[in-house]
Order: sequence, then C-alpha cells, then structure tokens
Amino acid sequence: MDDTGTVVAFWMLAVITVGSALGTAAVRNLIHAVVFLVISFTGVAGLYITLSADFLAVTQVLIYVGAISILVLFAIMLTPRGDRGNQEGFLRLPAVLLSGLLAATMIFVALDTDWNISDRAGFEDTATDIGEALLDKFVLPFEIASVLLLVAMLGAIVLVRPEGAVEEE
Amino acid sequence: MSVDLEHYLVVGSILFAVGLYMALAKRNFVGVLMGIELMFNAVNLTFVAFSRFVESPNPLDGHVFVVFVITVAAAEAATALAIAMLLYRVRGTIEVDEINLLKW
Amino acid sequence: MILAKWYDFRTIANPVGELLDQLRDWGAPDWVPYVVSSVIAIVAILLWVILSVLAFIWIERRVVGLMQNRIGPNRVGPFGMLQPVADALKLLLKEPITPRAADKLIFLAGPIAIFIPTIVVFAAIPFGERMALADLNVGVLFLIAIGSINTLAVFMAGWSSNNKYALMGAMRTIAMLISYEIVQVLALLGPVLFVGSMNLGQIVGWQDEFNTWILFIQPLGLLFYIIAGAVEMNRSPMDIAEAESEIVAGYHTEYGGIKFGFFYQAEYLAGFAIAAIVVNLYLGGWTLWGLEEWVPSWLIFFAKLYGFFFLYIWMRGTLPRLRIDQLMTFAWKYLLPLALLNILVAGGEVLLWREAELSRNVALPTFAVVNFAIAGIAVVGWARVLGHARKDHRGGRATLTQEVGAVFYEGAANP
Repeated sequence: MDDTGTVVAFWMLAVITVGSALGTAAVRNLIHAVVFLVISFTGVAGLYITLSADFLAVTQVLIYVGAISILVLFAIMLTPRGDRGNQEGFLRLPAVLLSGLLAATMIFVALDTDWNISDRAGFEDTATDIGEALLDKFVLPFEIASVLLLVAMLGAIVLVRPEGAVEEE
Repeated sequence: MSVDLEHYLVVGSILFAVGLYMALAKRNFVGVLMGIELMFNAVNLTFVAFSRFVESPNPLDGHVFVVFVITVAAAEAATALAIAMLLYRVRGTIEVDEINLLKW
Repeated sequence: MILAKWYDFRTIANPVGELLDQLRDWGAPDWVPYVVSSVIAIVAILLWVILSVLAFIWIERRVVGLMQNRIGPNRVGPFGMLQPVADALKLLLKEPITPRAADKLIFLAGPIAIFIPTIVVFAAIPFGERMALADLNVGVLFLIAIGSINTLAVFMAGWSSNNKYALMGAMRTIAMLISYEIVQVLALLGPVLFVGSMNLGQIVGWQDEFNTWILFIQPLGLLFYIIAGAVEMNRSPMDIAEAESEIVAGYHTEYGGIKFGFFYQAEYLAGFAIAAIVVNLYLGGWTLWGLEEWVPSWLIFFAKLYGFFFLYIWMRGTLPRLRIDQLMTFAWKYLLPLALLNILVAGGEVLLWREAELSRNVALPTFAVVNFAIAGIAVVGWARVLGHARKDHRGGRATLTQEVGAVFYEGAANP
C-alpha cells in the first residue's frame, strides 16, 4: 500500500497506538492509564481501517471503547479503598527483560521471514462476507461463542450478587 | 515509501510486549487486566494484517478469528472484573501481592 | 433529473465536483481533490451544526414555553431571537473554574470527549443526493459505535469532578446509556434486514426504489428507536441524571462557562444526529416520492429533520420525568423482548419475501398491516403480561379524605 494518505495515516496511528500503550504502562494514576488504554484501542481501530477492515474497526470501537473500558472503569470505581496507583510490583526487572526479549525476537522473525505476500487490493465489503462465514463455515464456533457470552454474563451476575440476596427472593 | 506487512507486525509485537510487561509487573489487578487487553489487541492486529497481505484461499478467515477473539475478550473482561470486585469484598484489596493465601 | 452542472445547487456535489475537476485540470497531485472535498464537507457540516444549535436553543425554549402556557424568552431581541447569542456570550465570558481537588487532565478532557463523537457521527450521514462525507459500507454500525463513546465522556466528566453527586449522576447516566444501546442496535437492525445493507446511501436508495418509507413496515422499530434516542440524548422525559430538581446537574455539575457550553450543545447535537438517523433509516432520507427533482434534496432532508426534532421538543414539554429504576425496568423487561420479537418478525418477513418471490405491491402492504397489528398487540399485550396496565394504576379523581383545622362554611352557623 503506497499511496500517500495510507502511509501518513499509518504512521500517525502507529505512533498514537504505541505511545498510548507505553503511557498506559508508565503513568502513575490508574484512571489516566485507562484513558491511555482507550486511546490505544481507538488507534488500533484506525489501523484496522488502513487495513481495509471496516467492519472490524467499528466492532472494535463499539466493544472495546464502548463496553470494555466502561467495565474497567466500573471495577475501579466499585473498589473504593483499593489501590489507585499504577506502580509495578517486585517483578519489574524480569518483566522488562522478558518482554524486551520477546519483542526483539518477534520483530526479528517478522522482518526476516519471507512472507507470501499477495498482490490483492483491499477488501471490498467485509461485513457481508464475515456474516456469511459466521453462519456458513464457522457456525459452530459462533454458537459456542454465544453460549460462552451467556455463561460469562450469568457468572458475573452471580459472583457479585450482594450477600443475603438469595434469602430475600 | 510504502506500508507493508512488516510495519504492522512490528507494531503488533511492541503492543504485545508492552501488554506482557503490564500483565507480569503491575501490582494492581486492573493493571494486569489492562495488559491482557493490550495483548488481545496486538494479536487481533496481527491477524488482520496477515489476512490483508498474505496469499490465502479464504482471506477473510482472519477477520472471523478477530470477531471471536473480541467476543472472548469481552466475556473474559467481564468475568475478571467480577472476580476483582469479589476479591475486594473478601480481602479488602486488589493488589496482586496481597492475594497470597496459598503461599507456603 | 439532477443536472450535472455546477450551478445546480440541488446537490452540493455539483459545484464541489466542478471545483475538483478544475483542480485536477491544473495538475494537482492525487490527494488534493480528496482533501479539498473533505475540508469543504467538514466546514459545511460544522457551520450547519453551529447554526442549527443556535436556532434550536431559541426554538425549543419558545415552543416549550408556549406548550406550558407561558411566553418563553422574549426580551433579548425581536421575539427573543437573540437569546442564543446572549447564552453563547454568557457561557464564553464566564470564569472557567476547576475544582481544586479535581483531576485536571480528565476534567479538561471531558467536554472534548463529549464533543468529538457527537460531531463525528455526522460524517456518515447522507444529507442529500451524493452528499455524504463518507458513505461507509458499515454506516449503521458506525453510527452506533461512535454513539457508544459518549458513555466514556460521561464517566470522565463525572469522575474527575471529585463530587459524589456528580459521580452518582454519571453512574446513572452510564447505566441508562448502555441499557438503551442494546435497544437502539436492535431497533436499527430492522431496516438493515429489509434493505440487506448497512450502507446509509443504499438504505435511502431502497426507500426511493420501493416507493415506501421504512416507517410503514417497521413501526415498532421506529417507536423503540425514538425512545432509545431520547435516552441517549439525556433528554426529558429521561433526564433523571441531569435534572436540576433531582441531582443539580448530574455529571456536569462542576462544569461552568464554555465547558458547560460543550455539554449543552452536545445534547442538541446528539438530538440532531438521532433525528438524522431516523430520517435516513425510517423516513426516507432526502427523497420525497419524486419531489427531490424540483426541491433541493438537502432542503427536504432538513425539513424532515427539524420536523422530527419537533417531536422531541413536544415530548419534553408534555411528558413527566421517569425515575431511574422505571427507566431501567422499561429497557430490560419491556423494550428488549419486544425488540427481539421485532427482529424475529422482520427476519421472517424478509425470508418469506425472498423465498415466495412475492411482488413488492403484494408484499409491502401485507407487511405493513401485519407489522402494525403486531406492534399494537405486542405493546399492549406485553404491558398487560408484565402487570403494568391494571385498571387501578390509572389515576382517579381527587377526593376529599380529611378536613383539619378550623373549617368555616359560608352562610352556615360558625363556632
């Protein structure tokens, strides 16, 4: 992809995404970290658009920015005397080493391998094709995923029910 | 000046590494969860990049995988945060260093 | 019959297209026409948005005042028409106070975060023929996704104020918003099922081609989207989280001056966005059964939009406010099952239409009659099933139950 718009968009979005991810790890306040995480999610949605994955971009915004961020913020808010700082534990140095090594290995493999790049242009209409695939080839994972969501929802509700609520019924 | 598969893979790798660091090193349970979500995003980005660039008979399988990953990530975030609230209720804290009842 | 000449203002795409052709003739690089057309569209949308908000501040206050049997603002200009200007100046000139214990970064980011999604939504909406800034293939989902960013902005505003009542208001608002998002998505799925595409231009084109408004074949969907839209706007009768008599101002209590101005106009912008979505998906968009050949398409669109927004102003002036638990019960126990029923019926009808290969003159009136019947039965029947329509819930006449104190009757012997 070598038209100017895509290149400019990619670099801006990549800088925003990676910078916000580093900000999430680095800021000292937990709420600021969540805000940076949300910016990172939006950056990834923008990167999906440069990869002509329009349906996934709006799905990412809808689910990650619109729902999962709210979940994280509610969890922070509903633990009032919990720790609101974003500091690291005692595993800081090994974690830095491990993730640095992992990043170096993955980047080396990514740059070194001869990927089987095709000359295909961008996708045309991903939503229709994803929908057909979900109901045709991937119908079993689709049904299992819906059962999984149901179970997760029920589990979350049962887990955080207040004490003694069962006797009131 | 063009943008190829390698660029997206590098971005994905960096995001994954930052997420892994947060998941391993953060003292706050919510910090660990944020690291896990970053790792999910990195993996999704890699899936979509491969689906766009690499020769394949059904290129949109990558997108369908990402849909499932997003679904499972949402379910996992809900459950993990419910567990976090329950931990807070039982132990009074959400620092992962304090939740060490099984420590010898 | 729209001519492709530059002076044909029935669509703004004509003069803009002429300008772009000129630019290409002058040998500009590839990205210049794209950037220029985007900039013109963005400036036009922003101008329209600002002017509409200013106009509707006045219109709403006058109309609600007349509905409540009082005059409304009439001092500032002829008929009070400069009231919005006075409001804007007041908000701009007020001292911007930030509470000392507030989280300054997020406090400042709150108004920005509420403004961005409400403006970005207008990018995907076709204002007229060939007049959409970005005619996305996933237009409907884009509108819903961008609307869901509002919840984050509300949380940021409520949290950073460091005020427990602002936080409570923010929590209630977020609970309302996420509950009615589901209803919104399900209501918007009905037209998408019939048209077979999420592209807003194609939805308007379908309504033009089949000579019908989707309102007639999806009345339940429109009703649910009007309700869900009113909640997304935090607008009366659903403004429990920001009503002055309830919780001062909810999540924007601590904001003053132009920061409050951002929240205030974001409410109107969200209203215009929801009205624009309804006009495009249910009311035929910029088409009007052939009238768009003489009247500019964007004028038809704006007329429909403002006419539909009047419905929201009417609701505000007439209906009493709902409590937060009534709102949540309404969303989860009443609207959600009926919205699912609506999707089921719509899907069944589309399948029947395709499989039986009915002609449109047979299928559409049948679907309209059946859907209206199902709508009526479902709305009344489900309310009965849930126990909300019992006779003793209706208000009776006031009766005198007790007399206290010294009671003097005229003309009778008084103690």
